[in-house]
Amino acid sequence: MARKKIDESRRDFLKTVGVVASASASLTIAPEARARQALATLGPGEVPVTLTINGRRHQLNVEPRVTLLDAMRTRLEITGQKRVCDRGACGACTVIIEGRTYYSCSMLAIEAQGKNIRTVDGLANGSTLHPVQQAFCDNDGLMCGFCTPGFVMATVALLEKNPNPTPEQAKRALDGNLCRCGTNIGVLKAALAVKGGARG
Amino acid sequence: MKTFSYVNATNEKEAVAALSPSTRDGHGDALAAARSGHQPSKVPIAGGMDLLGLMKDYIVSPDRVVSIKGLDQTIASGDGGLRIGAAVKIADLAEHAAARKMYPALVTAAEGVGTPQIRNMGTVGGNIMQRPRCWYFRNEEFNCLKKGGSRCFAVDGENQFHAIFGDGPCHIVHPSSLAVPVIAYGGRFRVAGPNGAREIDAGEFFQMPNANLYGENVLQPNEIVTHVILPAPGQRSASYEVRFKQSHDWPLAAASVNLVMSGSTVKSARIVMGAVAPIPWRVQAAERMLAGKTITEGVATDVANAAVAGARPMTGNQYKIQIARTAVKRAVLAAGRA
Repeated sequence: MARKKIDESRRDFLKTVGVVASASASLTIAPEARARQALATLGPGEVPVTLTINGRRHQLNVEPRVTLLDAMRTRLEITGQKRVCDRGACGACTVIIEGRTYYSCSMLAIEAQGKNIRTVDGLANGSTLHPVQQAFCDNDGLMCGFCTPGFVMATVALLEKNPNPTPEQAKRALDGNLCRCGTNIGVLKAALAVKGGARG
Repeated sequence: MKTFSYVNATNEKEAVAALSPSTRDGHGDALAAARSGHQPSKVPIAGGMDLLGLMKDYIVSPDRVVSIKGLDQTIASGDGGLRIGAAVKIADLAEHAAARKMYPALVTAAEGVGTPQIRNMGTVGGNIMQRPRCWYFRNEEFNCLKKGGSRCFAVDGENQFHAIFGDGPCHIVHPSSLAVPVIAYGGRFRVAGPNGAREIDAGEFFQMPNANLYGENVLQPNEIVTHVILPAPGQRSASYEVRFKQSHDWPLAAASVNLVMSGSTVKSARIVMGAVAPIPWRVQAAERMLAGKTITEGVATDVANAAVAGARPMTGNQYKIQIARTAVKRAVLAAGRA
């Protein structure tokens, strides 16, 4: 069943490619109709996607419905960010894109192309932890660890934008992430411990 | 979520064309489907914060998703006000210098939306077009009135966050935080569709369930909101939200107040409440009470009482009347101090 679906979509894709060629050749076609025909329809089967994660380019084929988080975890073995709620409610999947935090569970992989995506996997330098990672260890900023990669990325994004946050600013910057073990105080201490320190 | 094909629209025309019914869909398609309780087969995506959740829960299962995040993402000045692209991220609106100076009620609301991540991803247009948060609507197991079913489960069910105005038959509260101040400022939405663009008064954009049960506004499935156009604000304005949680939540009740002043006297006012009705709830009786007054604690109390006078709570949300009253009172006082 699934096999059949993909084959159909490939046919659709080939048809679309044909239409693009004919639309550009015809000058009599109405502008709206041409706009409609010239638009590339991708999927619903797998389409080639290129993702730049932690400075490395990855080429893969995924359906348009695959989220960035699932593409990273199940296709690319980049498993640092965790899949917990999958609804943009917990923050465990937080990545940094162009300096800002994003829930990678709530973004399609196909829409993450051309962006520099950073995950917790890219923070450490060999066996030397990133200062934020080290601060989490030093300040009891984790227990079970599921929320930790998201919290670390949110903290990194905060400190790169504002190296000396007040406790209020840090709380606000980290309030898109949840910890059910209750390490929030440790996380806040960690975020403030790297205050003004060297990063990255 | 169900599979779908994906189209990346780079301009309004492309977006509208990609959202319009094609001959292959047969007649009627989107318009007829939307009126019969079926979700449209082609939907736009901007930030995706709301849509992907709906799709993962099979509340919306389109065949085609059309990206409109590449449409206008700028905030421009004009006619004494601002013209905000619908694709502007909520975080960018909250940080925009002119918006902060001119429209504090809007910026306060923007800062209160969701979480940092949601504000980084979510767009202004997406917030306005956000579907209701009603837990029966969001749960695949409940075929509620809004999804083409025969009853609103909130009536006999858990309705502590539902509407205190409107009398149903669907008892959602409108989820948009930004729509409330936009209406208070007398804003308009620019909408692009198959017949070109039109502007709609924000106060006339949203529809009550008895006018449109399956949607929340006048937009057709092949139309998109492209801009929020705000006229020059009154001299003083403010929003106040009361929430259950400080972050990552929708307000229990909110109010936005926009005042045109004559010295220290209010010349005219707009007061809009959020999270109390299926649409942002403007209270003109309360607005009239402010005209000609200087804002004092007593005046704010009277206005707040008038704002909730017509409330008709459900079995479990009587408490929201007091919360809405407080939101209005504090918004009026905050605007008075602004």
